[in-house]
Amino acid sequence: MQLLEVKNLKVKIDGKDILNGVNLSVKPGEVHAIMGPNGSGKSTLASVLAGREEYEVTGGEVLYKEKNLLGFSPEDRARMGLFLAFQYPVEIPGVTNANFLKTALNEIRKSKNLAPLDSKDFLILMKEKMKLVEIDKSMTQRSVNEGFSGGEKKRNEIFQMAILEPELSVLDETDSGLDIDALRIVANGVNALRNKERSFIVITHYQRLLDYIVPDFVHVLYKGRIVKSGGKDLALELEERGYDWIKDESTEAAKI
Amino acid sequence: MNTPSSNIPIADYISQFQKAEKSFSPQLMDLKKNAIRSFEQLGFPTTRNEEWKYTNVAGLLKNNFAISGNELLLTQNDIEQFLPEEDDLILLVFENGKFNSSLSQISALPKGIIAGNLREYPDHHAVKKHLGKIALHKNESFVALNTALFQQGAFVFTDKNVIFEKAIHLLFINDARNNATVSYPRNLIVASPGSSVKISESYYSIKAVNPSFCNPVTEIFIDDNASVEFCKIESENSNDFHIDYTSVFLRKNSTLNIHTITTGGNLVRNNLRIELQQQNGSAYLNGLYVTSGESHVDNHSFVDHASPDCYSNELYKGLLNEKSHGVFNGKIFVRRDAQKTNAYQSNKNIILSDDASVNAKPQLEIYADDVKCSHGATTGQLDEEAMFYLRSRGIGAIEARALLTNAFAEEILDKITIPSIKEKLKALIHLKMKKGND
Repeated sequence: MQLLEVKNLKVKIDGKDILNGVNLSVKPGEVHAIMGPNGSGKSTLASVLAGREEYEVTGGEVLYKEKNLLGFSPEDRARMGLFLAFQYPVEIPGVTNANFLKTALNEIRKSKNLAPLDSKDFLILMKEKMKLVEIDKSMTQRSVNEGFSGGEKKRNEIFQMAILEPELSVLDETDSGLDIDALRIVANGVNALRNKERSFIVITHYQRLLDYIVPDFVHVLYKGRIVKSGGKDLALELEERGYDWIKDESTEAAKI
Repeated sequence: MNTPSSNIPIADYISQFQKAEKSFSPQLMDLKKNAIRSFEQLGFPTTRNEEWKYTNVAGLLKNNFAISGNELLLTQNDIEQFLPEEDDLILLVFENGKFNSSLSQISALPKGIIAGNLREYPDHHAVKKHLGKIALHKNESFVALNTALFQQGAFVFTDKNVIFEKAIHLLFINDARNNATVSYPRNLIVASPGSSVKISESYYSIKAVNPSFCNPVTEIFIDDNASVEFCKIESENSNDFHIDYTSVFLRKNSTLNIHTITTGGNLVRNNLRIELQQQNGSAYLNGLYVTSGESHVDNHSFVDHASPDCYSNELYKGLLNEKSHGVFNGKIFVRRDAQKTNAYQSNKNIILSDDASVNAKPQLEIYADDVKCSHGATTGQLDEEAMFYLRSRGIGAIEARALLTNAFAEEILDKITIPSIKEKLKALIHLKMKKGND
């Protein structure tokens, strides 16, 4: 069974075509990397999966757990086990990280008819996950992402992922702007969650992150289509040769 | 829109004065007579008056309000929901402006502090010295009306160097179950040199078909090295009118923390006047208005820096929902001699629906040349990005909105250092924000 099936997905924003027929299948336990040059539609794909409303889906469908994902609100998608690690995490003054996460976790638990975690149990869970992404207690008491450094924001995304334990995580350029230590911490967080049930879509511009999070599949998105797919070696090839040969190939293919 | 004052039935209000009980001291009676004369001359303000441009009292004046009789009808049961949760509560209850001693609790008051019915202290030196001298009736219709017509109100006095940590709660209940009712509470707070006191002043109304009109005036005098925290809460029903005037004098090295929180009412107008009369006075003005339905809430403030080396910091925030309307008009006035003034003012609004609106007018008027002053106003909608972020974590739209609006409001509420009042207000506003979403 597929966990996620994207079929011929076409998406517009502000009247401009961004995705022109994306196909992607993700089985439980798989890690897929999506690479591609700037402006190829990588972040659009992530946003559409998470339910951002300003995008207009003009064709195709997305099945998640065999349900029409696009028919669900962002909160329902999260409750169904979908998680987006934002490229630019949002600052929310006045809402503490801990309160935010407790509310989120308990809303997700409620949707599964599970009793809410009380403050004590939540604290125990939080402590365990804090270790994983090397977050200290003061960060959980600060307002969500407010005044966080770039690296702290990205670590906070992975911290949230670790607490909410989603089945499908979409990491939207989580590696951008990270130094090597932060990159290692983020990758450790992801790897610790990897198991036979959980899947990941890792969107990245560079191969570097994939040294730490080793993908099962690598796809190249270009001009709103997946133009090449392969194993982890494809990422290495891209690192070595850049994207130009892919662009050429795809232009050639378009001519035929 | 512009109703000439001649068309407004000031006669009804003048006859209230003629009928009113008048067993006051000669000094007070003179004040009252002068006040009714001021009122006769001023009439009610219209929207042609710049200070009342956005707030039209014509709707208020259509009602036939009567001053309620002397009998007290409220029971403990009626007021329970309005009480802050606190051990050994110190509480003065006023029912349609009249002191209800059987519902009040003042046994826990320590020596050196008076909290009681103003009417019972006509000969107190602080009453003689300050009543009617801090809030002036000459140019203000509603101060004139209150001064002429008030019968009772709260008097709080702290002796020299008395520091009191517990709050004194003043609870004003409008009860219009029998008829449309008007009340004119008159409050006087005097903090003697070196003393410190915390006071809450809450306005609620019993659910009724008839409207009520509450027109309180509160005078606060903070003497040298004294400090006062004052939390005004206006949470009346959606058919009630509230026109408030609070005036504060600050002497040398004194501090004022004043919070004005409005969560209800049909029409609410707050006039807050702060006079920093001597050196090193500090005034913190915090305001929050959370409005819904068709309510109209207008906050006018005037901070008068009359002396050098004083500090004022004003932050007012508004959450406006449904068809409600907010007005913020704040003026910082720095006189020529008030060098080294630090004065800041900020107004932030979030509009939660298509039909809500706000008019903000921050103003600075500076005649000294060595000052630090700033002001600003922002009005916007709820942060869409933040909403999406919260929802993408499984938090539903209603809950997400409540989280964001609560966070916005709590910046103000967290400045209140009376825990029972802070908690009560948080609960009140959380409830209102969750309800106000349908």
